[in-house]
Amino acid sequence: MTVDPIHQFKIVDLFPVAKIGNTEIVFTNSAAFMLLAVIALTAFLILGTSKRSLVPSRLQSAAELSYEFVATTVRSSAGHEGMRFFPFVFTLFMFVLCLNVFGLIPFAFTVTSHIIITAAMAITVFLIVIIYGLYRNGFHFFNIFVPKGVPIYILPLIVAIEILSFISRPISHSVRLFANMLAGHITLQVFAGFIILLGTGLGVIGWIAGILPFLLVVILFALEALVAFLQAYVFAILTCIYMNDAIHPGH
Amino acid sequence: MADDTRKSGKREEPPDDEAQLSARLQRLGERIASANRPSENDVGSRQGIDTSAFARGFRLSTELVGGVLVGAGLGWLIDRWLGSSPWGLIVFLLLGFAAGVLNVMRAAGVAPQRRLDD
Repeated sequence: MTVDPIHQFKIVDLFPVAKIGNTEIVFTNSAAFMLLAVIALTAFLILGTSKRSLVPSRLQSAAELSYEFVATTVRSSAGHEGMRFFPFVFTLFMFVLCLNVFGLIPFAFTVTSHIIITAAMAITVFLIVIIYGLYRNGFHFFNIFVPKGVPIYILPLIVAIEILSFISRPISHSVRLFANMLAGHITLQVFAGFIILLGTGLGVIGWIAGILPFLLVVILFALEALVAFLQAYVFAILTCIYMNDAIHPGH
Repeated sequence: MADDTRKSGKREEPPDDEAQLSARLQRLGERIASANRPSENDVGSRQGIDTSAFARGFRLSTELVGGVLVGAGLGWLIDRWLGSSPWGLIVFLLLGFAAGVLNVMRAAGVAPQRRLDD
């Protein structure tokens, strides 16, 4: 018996929704988990903020904590003016965090391990930075490509490099989240597969030896739980840093 | 923290004493202030974002790969549109590599951040 570590990322069609031209729009397991995350988050925040008691319940406390956490992140990396993007950053952070954590549940599907999802979010951030930056600063926005104090004969080269560096942002932004989740889940599955291989191959001795990879899986799972939170946080804080470029013309 | 104070409140007499209560309030105020302080200090810095070394290493490598990929992609597209093969790819791959190194240096905090104006 072999364990296929890639199998967990397979997209399964659940039921067709609509048909546009020759393309069928199908409700997949990925869409199901995204919908689940949205419902869970909405329920969490609505229930958490409905009572608004002075001494918060556990749920209210958790909702307030998540607000405070993201608000501090936005303020510290994009300044007070960055708070106008707070709803966007909060939504992104909670959505990614929720998807990552759902992915940790055994047999669940990890939506963020597909690059199309993370790339869509990163490109959205990228476009918002460009559009808002142009709307707010006009052509002044393009000054981010022209560093001060560079000799004129080397400037075209520097500008080209700066532009490429700017365009590469959504790539590193999206690949980081996607690759972390993908690599982590494959590692987990491979080490868990060792237990099965040992057990079916060597019998009783194999099952006893399987304790070692099992311990490793436990440790890796703890690491994955950390990564799930950390990557959501990194995604949010990079969004803030990119937004900062669009907002702050001075200093 | 909350458990701690609750337990000590039960063990001792209830805080009917005004001085005891105000002392406790002051201690709480100090603790809140010290908890809030670090977040104000690291305004706008990129340090402290990546708490684990693994995340940091991963971040730097994706920055480099991102730059190279964008350079290669743009060069290939320009070659396709202008028929200048292979010069677009060569030039933009090199530029992309430079952009990737710049990204890495920025992410590591070695090079100054990109800013408007100054």
